[in-house]
Amino acid sequence: MKNRLMKNLLAATLLLTGSHLVNAADDPIKIGSFLTVTGPASFLGDPELKTLQMVIEDLNAKGGLLGRKVELVHYDTGGNAKEAVNFVKRLIKSDNVDIIVGGTTTGDTMAVIPDVEKEGITLISLAGAVDIVEPVKKWVFKVAHTDRMAAAKIYQDLRKQNLTKVALITGDGGFDKSGREQLRTLAPEYGMTIVVDESYGNKDTDMTTQLTKIRATDAQAIINFGFGQAPAIVTKNIKQLGIQLPVYQSHGVASKTFIDLAGEAGEGVRLPAAALVVAEQLPDTDPQKPVLLAYKKDYEAKHGPVSTFGGHGYDGVMIAIEAIKRAGSVDKAKVRDEVENTKGFIGTAGIFNMTPQDHMGLTLDAFKMVEIRNGGWKIVD
Amino acid sequence: MPEQIFQFLVTGITVGALYALVGLGFALIYNASDVVNFAQGEFVMLGAMTAIALVAAGWPLALAAIVATALTVVVGLLLERFAIEPAWGASVVATIIITIGAAIFLRGVALLLWGKDFHALPPFSGDTPLHLGSATLLPQSLWVLGGAAALVTLVHLFLNRTLIGKALLACSFNRAAAQLVGINVNVMLRLAYGLSAGLGAIAGILIAPITFSSYEAGIMLGLKGFSAAIVGGIGNPMGAVAGGLLLGVLEALGAGLISSGYKDAIAFMFVLMVLFFEPTGLFGHKVAERV
Repeated sequence: MKNRLMKNLLAATLLLTGSHLVNAADDPIKIGSFLTVTGPASFLGDPELKTLQMVIEDLNAKGGLLGRKVELVHYDTGGNAKEAVNFVKRLIKSDNVDIIVGGTTTGDTMAVIPDVEKEGITLISLAGAVDIVEPVKKWVFKVAHTDRMAAAKIYQDLRKQNLTKVALITGDGGFDKSGREQLRTLAPEYGMTIVVDESYGNKDTDMTTQLTKIRATDAQAIINFGFGQAPAIVTKNIKQLGIQLPVYQSHGVASKTFIDLAGEAGEGVRLPAAALVVAEQLPDTDPQKPVLLAYKKDYEAKHGPVSTFGGHGYDGVMIAIEAIKRAGSVDKAKVRDEVENTKGFIGTAGIFNMTPQDHMGLTLDAFKMVEIRNGGWKIVD
Repeated sequence: MPEQIFQFLVTGITVGALYALVGLGFALIYNASDVVNFAQGEFVMLGAMTAIALVAAGWPLALAAIVATALTVVVGLLLERFAIEPAWGASVVATIIITIGAAIFLRGVALLLWGKDFHALPPFSGDTPLHLGSATLLPQSLWVLGGAAALVTLVHLFLNRTLIGKALLACSFNRAAAQLVGINVNVMLRLAYGLSAGLGAIAGILIAPITFSSYEAGIMLGLKGFSAAIVGGIGNPMGAVAGGLLLGVLEALGAGLISSGYKDAIAFMFVLMVLFFEPTGLFGHKVAERV
């Protein structure tokens, strides 16, 4: 008798849980996303999307969020800001998503801000420029390092070595120009003098002309802000001309590709990089280490070498998930408040402490100054 | 300052030789069919990327270079057979549009094969810079300069001293007349595509250690090579080389003496000026004289 009762109870419980699961599947939590998976910025958006899919798949396998399944609604903007605006309208009005993670590029993100603010839905951008969160916008947050942080980190390192006269050489892309702007703005604050400011086209094949001009000045260090193959050519040309000055690159080239392309000439080049690049070298006491290694392992098992950009995807979607968890619902205002309340969240880019005044929440510590030694990265600070 | 100018000149000639090598490929197909082949840059990219892939797979450099060139020639022939030949009788503009389509297609294939990353080929004879007085250049630049000189001589001899070369020129001058005297125009066209694919591939392999390569490297190289070819007078291989060197030196001097921001503007202004005042290019009329 007792046995049968137990069985009935068990069956009832199973049924209840079962029906609960069915409910959850009917009504998933929707995370919207618009990324640049194709087009020129695809090397950013591609790992971001893969990361989002991976994290959400994993979350669902572990039972979802607030007992409900999570669904990713994604659109590819191809780097077209107009498309981004259309997709975000669609995400808000017809897909009824609960939160938006995305905007691979600054252009895409800036374009959608008016709609996001008007509709009142939280947007966590994965793009770089500081303009996204400065001035602070109520519903907009970002997780990627800014070029201002990279510039500040480079100047900090120069100051440590008592070097104050710098030569700038930057490309003609948006990332390069914005970096150059930050380097110029921050120079007085760090007591730096820019003695020469040269530029090149990002598809140029030779920069010895610009570097010859730099060689003729009294610069004590060369800063090259850019990404793609051009910084590798600059580095090679510096070696070719026999210039002995310390060379600084930006976080834009913090990848194995740069080391491979620059070869011998890359030895000794310094740059600010996200901790993800040097995860294995971090001391075991570093709270970021387990997070980084876990993400790296998961990602590499599925897709090949990690990039910091995929890491931004991880940070963005995890902050969203944690905020929904704390809010206990998908109420838009509550979720926004909880994102703003993110404290001590350990991500791949650093430890996030958001405030009503700071919608990024990273400090300069999030960047590690690394040097290329023996064809690998070495932390130098 | 004179020391600097010497370095600018050395840089200009190196970069110019690179443009010249790419420009050379445009001349052949133009000679055979009056068509500017916008997939020429993609031949350069294919040669470089195939060689890089083979070297990465452990092949010796020389063998990889030969096989990469041969494979690119095959691609050139296939392109001619399956994209250009079926459009026989189409206008020059239509054929040019076909080559643009082919370029996009080849880029797409390269993207699928090799991804979006840049790749480098190891330099042929080391990385130690050579000193020329106060200026320096890489040993690879000598390979590019030498390669450009050798190829342009060969192309020149081929077009002017061999029967096949002369037949090729005849096709460009008057296709119907060429056919009437017994020249197989189709075979000539295939020959032109195969040869310029080969030329492009060799150029790509020679410059890959300096410029690196990626699936879309052909766009910029094609554009600069095309500029070199029209400055020199398209259809004249010697003109392409002169045009390339001129462009390279102008760019370097412009960047060095005026401003690096205006480097491309100066070069393209020059191209426009040439087209305004000498629409057939600086050495353009020689083609007509020769035929």
